[in-house]
Amino acid sequence: MKVHEYQAKEVFDAAGIPVPPGKVVTNPVDAYDLAVEYAKPVMVKSQVHVGGRGKAGGIKYAETPEAAKVLAQKIIGMDIKGLTVKKVLVTVAEDIITESYVGIILDRATKQPVIMVSSAGGVDIEEVAAKTPHKISKLYVDPVVGLKYYQARNLAYKLYREPSQVKKATDIILKLYDVFWNVDASLVEINPLITNTAGEVVAIDAKLNIDDNALYRQKEIAEMRDIDSEDPSEVEAREGDLSFVKLDGNIGCIVNGAGLAMTTMDLVKRYGGDPANFLDIGGSSNPQKVVTAMKIILSDPKVEAVLINIFGGITRCDDVANGIIAAFKELQPNVPVVVRLTGTNEEKAKQILKKVNLPFGDTLDDVVKKAIELGKVEVK
Amino acid sequence: MSVFINKKTKLIVQGITGRDGSFHAEQMKEYGTNVVGGVTPGKGGSKVAGIPVFNTVENAVSETGANTSVIYVPPAFAVDAIFEAVGSGIKLVVCITEGVPANEMMKVYPFVKSKGARLIGPNCPGLISPGESKVGIMPGSIVKKGNVGVVSRSGTLTYEAIWALTSNNMGQSTCIGIGGDQVIGTNFIDCLEAFEADRSTKAIVMLGEIGGTDEEDAAKYVKKYVTKPVVSFIAGQAAPPGKRMGHAGAIISGGTGTAKEKIAALNKVGIPVAGSPIEIPGLIKELMKGSKKTAAKKVAKKKTTNKKKK
Repeated sequence: MKVHEYQAKEVFDAAGIPVPPGKVVTNPVDAYDLAVEYAKPVMVKSQVHVGGRGKAGGIKYAETPEAAKVLAQKIIGMDIKGLTVKKVLVTVAEDIITESYVGIILDRATKQPVIMVSSAGGVDIEEVAAKTPHKISKLYVDPVVGLKYYQARNLAYKLYREPSQVKKATDIILKLYDVFWNVDASLVEINPLITNTAGEVVAIDAKLNIDDNALYRQKEIAEMRDIDSEDPSEVEAREGDLSFVKLDGNIGCIVNGAGLAMTTMDLVKRYGGDPANFLDIGGSSNPQKVVTAMKIILSDPKVEAVLINIFGGITRCDDVANGIIAAFKELQPNVPVVVRLTGTNEEKAKQILKKVNLPFGDTLDDVVKKAIELGKVEVK
Repeated sequence: MSVFINKKTKLIVQGITGRDGSFHAEQMKEYGTNVVGGVTPGKGGSKVAGIPVFNTVENAVSETGANTSVIYVPPAFAVDAIFEAVGSGIKLVVCITEGVPANEMMKVYPFVKSKGARLIGPNCPGLISPGESKVGIMPGSIVKKGNVGVVSRSGTLTYEAIWALTSNNMGQSTCIGIGGDQVIGTNFIDCLEAFEADRSTKAIVMLGEIGGTDEEDAAKYVKKYVTKPVVSFIAGQAAPPGKRMGHAGAIISGGTGTAKEKIAALNKVGIPVAGSPIEIPGLIKELMKGSKKTAAKKVAKKKTTNKKKK
């Protein structure tokens, strides 16, 4: 799960990492009032879950409260990569002397957290990594031993020479490492970590992604979820306990298992269609899940055919068939629904589905081709 | 012959009195697995499907001589269950549980290593050696004894590939689901090494997916150490970047972990990548015809010439 910059800064601030004063607002008048309160030039920063906000015009400098008001007016409601800006962070602008990068991610290969620092901050770190990898220093941390003071200090020396700044950066790196563990982060990032004219070291941007698997024990973070910024169908799917990702195509997919769901999408593309979504109904056999899945998919006007692909293991095909019958009763789909059910209780399922007389596919490839074909016919 | 599990496997089921645990304990027993006990704290002394239940893994091991454990406990307790199994001397731990925090996995893994144990999973379907033993949730009805080793990050996609093999009269030595999470115990390379050493395995199927670099690392390993034919499939070619596709580990982040990169890395070392799971048996047959190297070269050559034409 991603949280917004302002929320990440709240977490960092609570951990003792210096961030500039700031608050999130939803209207220009509040932006004006805040700028007056701070009595300093401010930054007006759009809060949306995409990278490249600055390049898109979603981050601006305001010399005066009036300017902050005008800019907030402009940015709120702005569209950045398909997302509408609903909130802006108004935060005190810093005089920047240097810009560095500090980030911690989980390294899958070594099964350890890796801390990365670079004195080339403020820009896209992936670009730095690709073009000038020598500018990034990495430290793999033993998760059982934890991060030692000297290790953090070594990293700080990669960024600064001035002793007081090295000390401050050491402290920030140690605290950031604690944040990584304490909130079950999969990524924490300060880009840039700046030094200002007063010689202070400050995090002027903050990024924080949380491991979804840990949300059950990160209640405070889980409440930071910004449902407004998500696709409504993805919210509905999550509430229905379905794993779902909205895509742009015309073939709706209902599958059991993530790997098979991805494969089904791949084959839709391979045979000339375009998947409308990723959807995994999971291992359980609850017929209601099929109804919810159908509802979500059919609410997408682009969908021209629905493809149901089940390989029964724990999932019982007859349960899915009952779900399909219930979905037909409740939703009366006006696009073709093509089914392939194989594995546990396949024969029972086929008996149940006789009631609705649906086109069947025998293999994965068959059912995909059939769905694409029928989708086209219906459109004509 | 088989990999990791066989007729000598003596299995205990952690979480045996739960919904999933009891169901699958019975399924495994029916398949012929030697299920010697179950563990649920507080339920010691009872029985599930005729299997004795113990309060602790320690008791279960001392009473039954178990050497393998399978875990069906909820995510909040799964890591403690792994610690308990390994701490009680179990050498193979298979964790089926989905939703285990990655941080916890980072902390338990060094412990597993230090005790010389093997962990498979979490978030995996387990493994099956047809005709010998089944540990986990893979349906016994789709497998057939034979000489293809299957290793996969997925569940149902694995079944799809196994079914394609079985339908083409190509049996399996062992099928292993290593799990779809970011931090997993046993990876592709561990399984490739085991299959290479296993005399009953003549060919290997490796089912990968987007996210991480395990497939790329496996490709390098195959080039150096594997003499048996390897065929692959990579799920997630149509997946958008930055979105988690169901599995916690199936995410393209920062431009790495794409299907395209993985397929390129595999092709580069002569591993053909199927366009659909149903093509897997055909690719294996093709590779088995010639010696591994010539067949692999052929496939790699074909791919590059195709590319040039485009």
